[in-house]
Amino acid sequence: MTLSVLFFVLIGAISLAAAVGVVSSNHPVHSALFLLAHFGTLAILYITLEAQFLAAIQVIIYAGGIVILILFVIMLIGSEKIVNQAEHRTWTPYVGFALGIVLLGGLAISLLQGFTGVEPNAALLQGGSPQAVGLELFTRYILPFELAAVLLLVALLGALLLARRPKLKIEEQ
Amino acid sequence: MVPLSWYLVLAAFVFSCGLYGALVRRNAIAVLMGIELMLNGVNINLVAFWRYGDIIDKATQQVVRLDGQIFALFVIAVAAAEAAVGLALIISIYRNRKTVSLDQMDLLKG
Repeated sequence: MTLSVLFFVLIGAISLAAAVGVVSSNHPVHSALFLLAHFGTLAILYITLEAQFLAAIQVIIYAGGIVILILFVIMLIGSEKIVNQAEHRTWTPYVGFALGIVLLGGLAISLLQGFTGVEPNAALLQGGSPQAVGLELFTRYILPFELAAVLLLVALLGALLLARRPKLKIEEQ
Repeated sequence: MVPLSWYLVLAAFVFSCGLYGALVRRNAIAVLMGIELMLNGVNINLVAFWRYGDIIDKATQQVVRLDGQIFALFVIAVAAAEAAVGLALIISIYRNRKTVSLDQMDLLKG
């Protein structure tokens, strides 16, 4: 067992434990912090896959943006209210767990059988640098890039509109 | 070097965790976190397939395609937009109905 395999097993185990923590902890703040740990380990895995730019993006956007946004909303609403209002139906967790195990088992069996002997591509060692990704993004993928910009603008406006406090109708009363 | 299938099994596990969270949890924010987990599982798959794929230009022997990484970048952009709009919806619903439990969001139920 080489060092890289050992490293993958270690990071992968932390990542899986964090993913299980996200869905199993009752307190939403704990879930969000597990999500942060999970995103951190995924960034490390991206570095082992030679995708350095993507690892930086993962940390900046997921860990620095989305998790912080989720934490803000949890604290705006109040985590006690979220915990108290969460209803526990008796049978759905067990059925969901069994179906998830079935899905995972089927996927794992087929994946472990299907992709034996595939080696990483040695010529892609510099493919994950910001320069390479940027060149590709601004030449071949310029149209999707601009569409993503429009999508983000629309999402920003939509989020502003939805989360805005409704106007008080004092004059009508 | 780590086999490709190990990355894929890791991604499958993360996706299954996210699916479980999105289906079973009753709290809207936890469901949103489950969806983020699923998107991340997909991202691991994309990057792993990019790294192990054969996308070299035969004539110049240079990397010509970074499809997997670019797809992963767009998935991250869409996830950011989805998180922003989803959390705004949750705030809006909480302001109107004082709940974030999906069982109590039954305004359209006949």
